[in-house]
Amino acid sequence: MAAEYKEISPNAPAGEQLLNWVDNRFPLSKLYKEHLSEYYAPKNLNFWYFFGSLALLVLVIQIISGIFLVMHYKPDATLNAAGVPVAFASVEYIMREVEWGWLIRYIHSTGASFFFIVVYMHMFRGLIYGSYRRPRELIWLFGCGILLVMMAIAFTGYLLPWGQMSFWGAAVIVNLFAAVPVIGPDLALLIRGDFVVGDATLNRFFSLHVIALPLVLLGLVVAHIIALHEVGSNNPDGIEIKKHKDASGKPLDGIPFHPYYSVHDLMGVGVFLMIFSAVVFFAPSGGGFFLKYTNLIPADPLVTPAHIAPVWYFAAYYSMLRAVTTEFMYVLTAAVWFAAFHGIFRAGFGTQGKVLVLGGAVVGTLMLLGLDAMFWGVVIMGAAVVILCFLPWLDRSPVASIRYRPTWNKYLYGAFVINFFILTYFGVLPPSVISTRYSQFGTLFYLGFFLLMPWWSRWGDFKPVPSRVTFTPH
Amino acid sequence: MKKWIVACLLAFGLISGAVAAKSAVPLDRAPDLSNDLAALQRGAHLFVNYCLSCHSASFERYKRFKELGLTERQIRDNLMFTGERVGDLMQAAISPADAKVFWGKAAPDLTMITRSRAGSGGTDYIYTLLRSYYRDDTIAHGWNNKAFPAIAMPNPLWYLQGERRPVMQTVAGPDGSSTEVFAGWEQVTPGTQSPEEFDRSVAELVAFLDWLAEPAKQQRQTLGIFVLLFLAVFTFMAWRLNKEYWKDIK
Repeated sequence: MAAEYKEISPNAPAGEQLLNWVDNRFPLSKLYKEHLSEYYAPKNLNFWYFFGSLALLVLVIQIISGIFLVMHYKPDATLNAAGVPVAFASVEYIMREVEWGWLIRYIHSTGASFFFIVVYMHMFRGLIYGSYRRPRELIWLFGCGILLVMMAIAFTGYLLPWGQMSFWGAAVIVNLFAAVPVIGPDLALLIRGDFVVGDATLNRFFSLHVIALPLVLLGLVVAHIIALHEVGSNNPDGIEIKKHKDASGKPLDGIPFHPYYSVHDLMGVGVFLMIFSAVVFFAPSGGGFFLKYTNLIPADPLVTPAHIAPVWYFAAYYSMLRAVTTEFMYVLTAAVWFAAFHGIFRAGFGTQGKVLVLGGAVVGTLMLLGLDAMFWGVVIMGAAVVILCFLPWLDRSPVASIRYRPTWNKYLYGAFVINFFILTYFGVLPPSVISTRYSQFGTLFYLGFFLLMPWWSRWGDFKPVPSRVTFTPH
Repeated sequence: MKKWIVACLLAFGLISGAVAAKSAVPLDRAPDLSNDLAALQRGAHLFVNYCLSCHSASFERYKRFKELGLTERQIRDNLMFTGERVGDLMQAAISPADAKVFWGKAAPDLTMITRSRAGSGGTDYIYTLLRSYYRDDTIAHGWNNKAFPAIAMPNPLWYLQGERRPVMQTVAGPDGSSTEVFAGWEQVTPGTQSPEEFDRSVAELVAFLDWLAEPAKQQRQTLGIFVLLFLAVFTFMAWRLNKEYWKDIK
């Protein structure tokens, strides 16, 4: 319903009159109240709750630094007079001749890595405190969408400097799409726009990186925040603060976002920017992890680098891709049959259901063993990200927060994180027997963590959940 | 929670340790001359005399040498030979097509060479490589390199270094077999510089190349100190402000 036109005394101060004029035409005061001064956040938010606002900060940093980079960057794979691809030369031009260009570019390249650090921390927070659970499923789904789009932005952006690692990384990943049965080769052709990674690829990746994908990302971020402000933040105790309100309807354990969390986040921003600046100014290559050394060699389609490594934030998923070998397919087949037997003998399906499960297992086996293992590697890699979307419905624990879950859950979540680190570690190294074996175990662990969650999340002794949040005044 | 953070840091530490430089031969440490302007100037002089004939540094202009404390006049008189202008990019005298015919491949651009090789030792690698040449008649151009066997580039600094050959020693293994191991260099003909002077020259050249790879590095680090100081003050104030507001929250 539209708001009524509000008259104000002509003697009111000019500022008040102006605000009233605006408020009668745009819900400025209303938005300010709903999202800042009267948006109640739980007072017990801890360290892990810095990363949401920090992700927004990094997004703004990336957009602004990106705008200035686009002013000088040239998405052109043809060779200049010195025999160097124009795109590569334009990046060095930014580094050497554009005023403060080196700073803008290092901010942007460091920002990419920090975006993933911050978002992975943000997601881990959601994981341990059950922030994805009812009624926050949509916040989580929008978040998963943000992660997927971020990955696409990072991937397309990584091609733009047109160095050896840009070129060969893109070549390897786009070729993976060719492993999809039937449509694969045409799909890879569509992505590249050519039969090899070339000028057409560079131009379409540029377009996707600077406009198409960021537009989608911004839309998802807005949806993520609108959904969050509709239901309110979760907290480390995983309990709803809206259950206990005072006479005026304010949550007893809630405090206005502004000024309490705005000053709180400002402190987080300070610490974050110190770490961020330390990297930008003193270690912009991040030891070869944030900027790859070999990417300072211009792209050369005739010289394949000895080792093509993904950037660190994709490395865990890359490990999972490499884990799927032909022999690993037997393990996956065994897992399918294990699930099928469970469905037939334990799940209590009728005869028709049992036949369906059995038929599904047979078809699944034929597909698993009949199609190229590389295709299944791509499927596993994609599934490892997409499975996050199902988390709200996989978690069957009676409590939300890890604080009140059985103690062994802490070790399990710890093992999950360590496993992710080890997969990342092996992902950036050349393949070896140990890394393949570990990655196979790690992939099963990662997928098992999610797929078996409906069972393990119900086991054990849960601790009593308090009705009010735990908070010690600082 | 704190355990997690420690675990994260440890994992990153382990990673950077494990992917650190690997090379076929042990690398000598290139002296750090990044703050020695005179050394960088001599390195620049060596570079334009001995490298720029075949290798471009096509991402940088001659005039950037002003940041090494040289005037445009000095740059033009001492560091430019073929009628370019000070504002020109540093292009090799040889055409890439000719280089391909002469050496089998075009010489790589050297602008970022110390950084693009950072994964295999960076400055240490170049420093070792340029000091590991020896005479080898089995190779068409007569030179081989201990750090880069069958290298396409003949020894560019032989005039300074002179000709050398490796002294091999036969060592008996524990199982009675004998292997040849490298036991040092033998100077065949002297160069214009003594071995010590030559090491110093190569160190200066490598220091120059490292400067060339990122001329803004010094500025970056100096600015970084001020940025971090500002942020420290900012964070301190934000922390006090936060404390002031939050003391109301019971």
